[in-house]
Amino acid sequence: MTDDLTRLSAADLAAHLVTGDVSSVDATQAHLDRVADVDGAVHAFLHVSGEDALATARDVDARRAAGEDLHPLAGVPIAVKDVVVTKGIPTTAGSKILEGWVPPYDATLVERLRAAGLPILGKTNMDEFAMGSSTEHSAYGNTSNPWDLGRIPGGSGGGSAAAVAAYEAPLAIGTDTGGSIRQPGAVTGTVGVKPTYGGVSRYGLIAMASSLDQAGPVTRTVLDAALLHELIGGHDPRDSTSINEPLPLLVDAARQGAAGDLRGLRIGVVTELNGEGYQAGVSARFAESLEVLQGLGAEVIEVSCPHFRYALGAYYLIMPSEASSNLAKFDGMRFGLRVEPEDGPVTAERVMAATRGQGFGDEVKRRIILGTYALSAGYYDAYYGSAQKVRTLIQRDFDAAFAQADVLVSPTAPTTAFRFGEKLDDPLAMYLNDVATIPANLAGVPGMSLPNGLSDDGLPVGFQILAPVKADDRLYRVGAALEAALENTWGGPLLDRAPELEVSR
Amino acid sequence: MSTQTQVDLVDYDEAVRRYDPVIGIEVHVELGTLTKMFCAAEVEFGGEPNTQVTPVSLGLPGALPVVNGKAVEYAIRIGLALNCEIAESCRFARKNYFYPDVPKNFQTSQYDEPIAFDGWIDVELEDGTVHRVEIERAHMEEDAGKNTHVGGATGRIHGAEYSLVDYNRAGIPLVEIVTRPITGAGERAPEVARAYVQTLRDIFRALDVSEARMERGNVRADVNLSLRPTPESPLGTRTETKNVNSFRSVERAVRYEVSRQAAVLDAAGTVTQETRHWHEDTGITTPGRVKSDAEDYRYFPEPDLVPVAPSRDWVASIKASLPELPVARRRRLQQEWGYADAEMRDVVNAGALDLIEATVTAGTSPAGARKWWMGELARRAKQTDTELAAMSVTPEQIAQLQGLVDSGRINDKLARQVLEGVLAGEGDPEQVVVARGLEVVSDDGALLAAIDDALAAQPDIVEKVRGGNLGPVGAIIGAVMKATRGQADAGRVRALVIERIG
Repeated sequence: MTDDLTRLSAADLAAHLVTGDVSSVDATQAHLDRVADVDGAVHAFLHVSGEDALATARDVDARRAAGEDLHPLAGVPIAVKDVVVTKGIPTTAGSKILEGWVPPYDATLVERLRAAGLPILGKTNMDEFAMGSSTEHSAYGNTSNPWDLGRIPGGSGGGSAAAVAAYEAPLAIGTDTGGSIRQPGAVTGTVGVKPTYGGVSRYGLIAMASSLDQAGPVTRTVLDAALLHELIGGHDPRDSTSINEPLPLLVDAARQGAAGDLRGLRIGVVTELNGEGYQAGVSARFAESLEVLQGLGAEVIEVSCPHFRYALGAYYLIMPSEASSNLAKFDGMRFGLRVEPEDGPVTAERVMAATRGQGFGDEVKRRIILGTYALSAGYYDAYYGSAQKVRTLIQRDFDAAFAQADVLVSPTAPTTAFRFGEKLDDPLAMYLNDVATIPANLAGVPGMSLPNGLSDDGLPVGFQILAPVKADDRLYRVGAALEAALENTWGGPLLDRAPELEVSR
Repeated sequence: MSTQTQVDLVDYDEAVRRYDPVIGIEVHVELGTLTKMFCAAEVEFGGEPNTQVTPVSLGLPGALPVVNGKAVEYAIRIGLALNCEIAESCRFARKNYFYPDVPKNFQTSQYDEPIAFDGWIDVELEDGTVHRVEIERAHMEEDAGKNTHVGGATGRIHGAEYSLVDYNRAGIPLVEIVTRPITGAGERAPEVARAYVQTLRDIFRALDVSEARMERGNVRADVNLSLRPTPESPLGTRTETKNVNSFRSVERAVRYEVSRQAAVLDAAGTVTQETRHWHEDTGITTPGRVKSDAEDYRYFPEPDLVPVAPSRDWVASIKASLPELPVARRRRLQQEWGYADAEMRDVVNAGALDLIEATVTAGTSPAGARKWWMGELARRAKQTDTELAAMSVTPEQIAQLQGLVDSGRINDKLARQVLEGVLAGEGDPEQVVVARGLEVVSDDGALLAAIDDALAAQPDIVEKVRGGNLGPVGAIIGAVMKATRGQADAGRVRALVIERIG
């Protein structure tokens, strides 16, 4: 029995649950208590589903007592980003337009969580429809970074990252369209993985950009991410873009990597994702991490991906184009918010306009307008068409780079967490946060961010690892090796250095 | 430009003397799959509103489409039957527009990559003339839901108090077949248009890809028409008349547009390129509403679906399994049955082909089967204004009836009475014969008694016959037939009379 169940990694908590010295009800209640204690300040959750979670926990405990064979993570509570639909639990995607909507079905990944017996603690805050890098675009208020409550927790999945960093949940689900798992991971000192496109079912993810969206694990350790990734990943016949092949062995790769031997591994440093525009402390930690990896036997080489400099431009055409179409269904006709025009006739067209006008926030409208324009007759070839060509060139850059190196690495984000409001009025500055994470989404390759130290400002920095499509196991091998070596020098997890949050009860 | 309140029309015959009509037809057919195009919602006609839906067909947040493999197979069947190329790989696209009957506010359709393209089909007019129609493409898409406007006088949206949407139809798989401009039909353009749609309907049924019931909207046609001064002139401006949903209407709509456009051109006006509505009741077309965001559907490839890439082996196996198509079948049956061209055409036009084939299969000669269906039954069908196939008699019963005649148990005249009994629901011909006591009297004793009575009543006839004049025998036969209420075999009576007189 440990003093504070919320400080355990998911793997350690699961081990206690298996031996029976901790019950899932105890573990779940401990996390619900922690949410009650600190979420007033952090505001990671939009909805806490305590009863639902405890019911699952009781069920798991009973099944375990009956000697049933359970999933390794059975009974370990989890938080779910509010962009993932959960049957019976309100789902808003951070938007007013879905306020009060209770989905009648579960996302495939949620079905898998429930089937494995993970109590769902609640739904986490996010930028509206996952559009943003700071969670400031949520229609329901900011989430604070547990390292400094005056700073952003990254975005769009700031709620999931903050919940894990603040020990409100050992595990969380995020989604990553241009960096929304990895960048929050970097600025909160947590681990986030964007799987290979098609590796985790998108069925039940409220789509922003269908060809870029991918759900993945948000955790405090690399091993926990592997455990969760294996649970939610794998083929789903309800998602046509889901890969119909078994996942690589991720947990094994994480365990193997933690042994610390990277001999024979070639690591490519992407020239275009380093140097100018990166905060000094970020670059310094990155360089140190490379030395650590070399110390574990890896060979470090430099690779160039010349078309990456067009990635941000291509991304801001493809993503809004798809989003403008994906978000068309929010019209007040079938679900969610419905606004009738104040005066004049109540026609379908006018109700749709009033609903969308009132229900969507500024960033969402900005992207819908961008995308609608980019897809318009006469502009399609110049914008969407050209962007798709750039995408192909970026995929070729990756192919060439992976012919030289087993994995590619870069800092995850150019800076540490910025203050609230700092970039809110400058969309381009906000978009630049994702410059290092976007190429992976455009090419469909998997990526991980893990903490690799603190910058000069005392805030966490993230290290990004990218692997070829369907070779997600390489992320875990390299990530676990680096994590183990760094924690060895730090004398424990980086999060141990985060300030204690004031308990509000 | 003239704003016409009173629409001028040029007499059709006059119009086609001076202008060459060019038609183009888009036919939508609802596929008869068990489930929808992109989800497992079941499809059944006439269900309670909004009961045949899933998160996918309701367009709920998070839902994703998956292509129905059966629908792809059906689309390929249609493509192959229309002599099309089948794409090695093709994609779906999103057609974006806001309308409440489209749950996602985009329709998932095929745009620049149809599954089938570059085909043709021969259509036969009623007089046997064959016209080849070239097919540009056949592509897959999903149907929209159905709006019902409540509270207005017309059932249209204008003046309605509110509207209801039923999403049962939303997501039902459709194949849209688009022709190239159909030229060279001249004055027969309306007939060609009708025959083309009818031919497609027959093909859909033969392929078993759709119930293809026009009255249920399983098959819907949009008719494009333009006029040009001569067949050598460039194509004129076309109009598209939407939702022309019966064969007869297809023909009428083409005729109407020819007359209307001719009047516009005669007045030195320009035909407006537009969508028009067909009015079944008045037989006219009127301009459709001009959409504000005219026609920019912002098509782009559907990112939620991977390309459809039917393997060549699969396409080959579908091709091998295609049933005989209607035209080929008609040719084969005509040859087997030895019908003349005109006879065959009449059979087809009367809707008697399947009935005759089944009757022949049940053992009747082709001539015998045709005699019943195109004679007595066709006459009765016409009298009661019913379809032949809807008559309450089966091909098997007709075969049994003819069998009774062939075996001599009844004669033609009795057979008509038996048929009457069958149609009245008295059972199979055998049962009617027994119940009504209609069997031919073949008992010589009974016949001889009747003959003796007749001879005794007309002694002069006996003398004449004995004198070598066989003519008056007929009178005796008539009397015997009358006495036996027609149930005697006339041939046998004749033989017995002659024998009796000696």
